[in-house]
Amino acid sequence: MNVNYLYSLLAVIVLGLIAYVGAGVAGFQGLFGIFIPYLAVVIFIAGFINRIMDWAKSPVPFRIPSTCGQQKSLDWIKQNKIDNPSSTFGVIVRMVFEIVLFRSLFRNSRAEIVGERIAYKWVVWLWLFAILFHYSFFAVVIRHLRLFLEPVPVFIKIFEQADGILQVGLPGLFLSGVTLLAAAFFLLLRRILIPKINYISLAADYFPLLLIIGIALTGIMMRYFTKVDVVKIKELTMGLATFHAGIPEGGISGLFYVHLFFVSVLVIYIPFSKLMHMGGVFLSPTRNLANNNRMKRHINPWNPDVKFHTYEEYEDDFREKMIEAGLPVEKE
Amino acid sequence: MNDKPKIVIGLIIFFAVFTFPFWYNHGTVSSAPEPKLSDKAKQARQCVRDTEFMRTEHMQLLDEWRDTVVRDSERIYEVNGKEYNASLSNTCMDCHSNKADFCDKCHDYASVEPYCWDCHKYPKEKM
Repeated sequence: MNVNYLYSLLAVIVLGLIAYVGAGVAGFQGLFGIFIPYLAVVIFIAGFINRIMDWAKSPVPFRIPSTCGQQKSLDWIKQNKIDNPSSTFGVIVRMVFEIVLFRSLFRNSRAEIVGERIAYKWVVWLWLFAILFHYSFFAVVIRHLRLFLEPVPVFIKIFEQADGILQVGLPGLFLSGVTLLAAAFFLLLRRILIPKINYISLAADYFPLLLIIGIALTGIMMRYFTKVDVVKIKELTMGLATFHAGIPEGGISGLFYVHLFFVSVLVIYIPFSKLMHMGGVFLSPTRNLANNNRMKRHINPWNPDVKFHTYEEYEDDFREKMIEAGLPVEKE
Repeated sequence: MNDKPKIVIGLIIFFAVFTFPFWYNHGTVSSAPEPKLSDKAKQARQCVRDTEFMRTEHMQLLDEWRDTVVRDSERIYEVNGKEYNASLSNTCMDCHSNKADFCDKCHDYASVEPYCWDCHKYPKEKM
């Protein structure tokens, strides 16, 4: 029994209650609407940069790409230029595929005992829902820019139209909201229901998923069900984006502050957690290095200066004694 | 290998992208829109439902009206003992005849493009 998801669920519920009671009931709207979001942005950016610079300091003396194809060899042997790149261009193509299409996750396989033998099966579901999840999240973030930009740029309007292309109901249903929630639930259920994955899952795996589900649920609630005054919300968010922060007259409902607080917590959480793969994917040494160990000598720049004493120098030091003892020398 | 310069360039891009709203608006204060009520709307004092409801739920009310009118040919909307003709052009726009100063104000601000006007014509504005 893995109780980590219960702890994570409890943590998310408590966070939601804190915001609901704090801003909605007790009325600390300034704290939850202005102070915490600003704090979150500062912690996110400073923490992110700090974490990346920490990684940048780590020595990577040798090329350690994971090779997934034929390496560069003799002219008549065809190299796999993407899966085993030997040039910077190949690495760039490989990285683009990795970051944009999750190529390595696409190769996800499952080991199973079939009869008496072990068999490896290609399993596409993790890749499918992961890519759905990430792009939905990306779309949701882009859509939210309408609350932070005035006037709203054309590309965001076009994006919204595409997202709401089904024209279901009013306010129009956004596809990305539905797919985000569905994919996040799939990823959560995967960790809960598959015994092997459940066994290796930690609270740090469940918490961000549950938090994101919380964000999506509160957002969907506000748009389609309980309703909030979006003009007031834009007043608040535009105040934040222009450094003229203020709580709009009459305040905003508690549910909005739950949503905002969840987002703030998520953003603060990113630099200290596995969510740093947002920046880390660019720095993964098994992907972003060219496999050119046999073409180029890589010297570790962190190597200390070693004082060499060559054989010639040794012989110079001891030549006479060596000749006396009858040992062969190279120079008489 | 030392890739610090490349990483620093990456971080600068990161910073620029994630602070986009701050520099896009460059600190210009924009005030929330105030939709103007036409004289007729002012005199009526009360919309079909109360202001708070209309502000957040008008789109759902209109969606409901469309379905009842088009699918069930039920043209009467009854609320608080009053009967209204469920019609955007004839009921809503009778009072709120100033689309540019009423509807568009908030819709533009919140970047909402309702598809009402794909089918409906709005009355010529006389200001």
